[in-house]
Amino acid sequence: MALYSDTVMDHFFHPRNVGSMDDADAIGEVGNPVCGDIMRIYLKIDGDIITDVKFETFGCGSAIASSSMATELVKGQPISKALELTNKAVTEALGGLPAHKIHCSVLAEEAIKSALLDYQQKTGRHIIDIESIDELESHEEHAEVEA
Amino acid sequence: MIYADNAATTKVCDAAIEAMAECMRNGYGNPSSLYSFAQDAKEVLEGARKTIAECLCCDPKEITFTSCGTEADNQAVATAAKIGRKAGKMHIISTAFEHHAILHTLKRYEEEGFEITLLDVAPTGVVSVEQVAEALREDTCLVTIMYANNEIGTIQPIAEIGALCKERGILFHTDAVQAAGHLPIDVKAQNIDMLSISAHKFHGPKGVGVLYARKGIVLANVLEGGAQERNRRPGTENVPGIVGMATALKIACDGLEESTAKVTALRDRLIEGLDRIPYSELNGDPVKRLPGNVSFCFEGIEGESLLLLLDAKGICASSGSACTSGSLDPSHVLLAIGRPHEVAHGSLRLSIGDDLTEADIDYMVESVTEVVTYLRSISPFWRDMVEGKREHVFAE
Repeated sequence: MALYSDTVMDHFFHPRNVGSMDDADAIGEVGNPVCGDIMRIYLKIDGDIITDVKFETFGCGSAIASSSMATELVKGQPISKALELTNKAVTEALGGLPAHKIHCSVLAEEAIKSALLDYQQKTGRHIIDIESIDELESHEEHAEVEA
Repeated sequence: MIYADNAATTKVCDAAIEAMAECMRNGYGNPSSLYSFAQDAKEVLEGARKTIAECLCCDPKEITFTSCGTEADNQAVATAAKIGRKAGKMHIISTAFEHHAILHTLKRYEEEGFEITLLDVAPTGVVSVEQVAEALREDTCLVTIMYANNEIGTIQPIAEIGALCKERGILFHTDAVQAAGHLPIDVKAQNIDMLSISAHKFHGPKGVGVLYARKGIVLANVLEGGAQERNRRPGTENVPGIVGMATALKIACDGLEESTAKVTALRDRLIEGLDRIPYSELNGDPVKRLPGNVSFCFEGIEGESLLLLLDAKGICASSGSACTSGSLDPSHVLLAIGRPHEVAHGSLRLSIGDDLTEADIDYMVESVTEVVTYLRSISPFWRDMVEGKREHVFAE
């Protein structure tokens, strides 16, 4: 099938870090069932390092692959690095996505940031300069696409 | 591979391929030319027209060949609109779950001043004659309602709707693209004024269709050009395609009873198997549906990922999710029968043919069950429903 790149198909058929986490330090979620995609990210954080990450996704092939890739890109990384994760980086790591699927990578970026925001709210540590995921520039773009 | 997407297109039957190859190899003359070699092609063309007329129970002169079902639908609406406009009747009745070939065409006429009534569709996926009767007006020029729906396979009471329209002197068109070769068609007995079919849905080739129009209805052109098809459809006739279509339709109609019995039994076995998956529902009436159509919604999952995983298991299927429809909304058909967005995204259509066996059906049930269970296991939406944080849409 030529719909997706080999890397997308690999991450779809063999998702990395899939599942839930009972003792997560933070949980982030974006998307909604009406639009047909929800991503939930669980983080285990030790000091500044994201020591473990899990994801659950309701969505299409590229949504599942984007979540999987995003978890790979932040696992074992310092929080500051995870904050720098962009949808572009997720798309590139996947070997590209069809134009109408770019929003899946946007959701993946937002899902990570949403989990870090949750960590900030739970711990009181200042990590990110927003109080809600809706304040993200990319989120607005995504909202426009959805509208 | 198990091919279960016959509503999208079908495998071309060997007899049609052979008839087409013969036509292209030895009968390539232009039917409009004078010499006898070309007149042989004309004869082949007229023979195909006669065969198709017999299958639809009409006169060959009432058959116009088109490039596809979509063109036939466009021309039918254009014809009624032209007649209606002349008579000052500019109201058209259709349904909310028609094919886009009708819906988008009606949208264009709406922009030109026509009033369009799209009837609501009950959860059964069947429109009633009473609904049509209530919507009829003095200025109604056309009722266009599909014979069977392309996504959920439900069959509409077209003979009764046709009778009502006939009584009121209103043109009745039916998009029979999904029905031809799969359900009986008798345009006279079913009171049909215009009917569209497409060859590739009944084991014929792609790129050829028919618009039947009752004698006396002057078709409006959607293309301008030469005098082919008695001035009703310009362009050199697709003779090989038409011959392939006639061959395939004859075979389908001759074997209709036998294939209906076989495919219906397979369909019901498939429905019974998929119905055992918790929190799932069949879309549309279980009985008033095409012999080969099975359409389900599953809670907590999304259709495209379902299709990719089924593809990996060798099963060709389709879905009405937004990601597979190429738009942001799930299928308008599923929304029309009242499915909420969140379950419409988790839809699956398996449209089967008589080439499958009971073992194939059992393999599909097993595969779909396994894939749905897996996708639910990684779905936060499903987790929330299991943990009681969100309401289930369906009963267990």
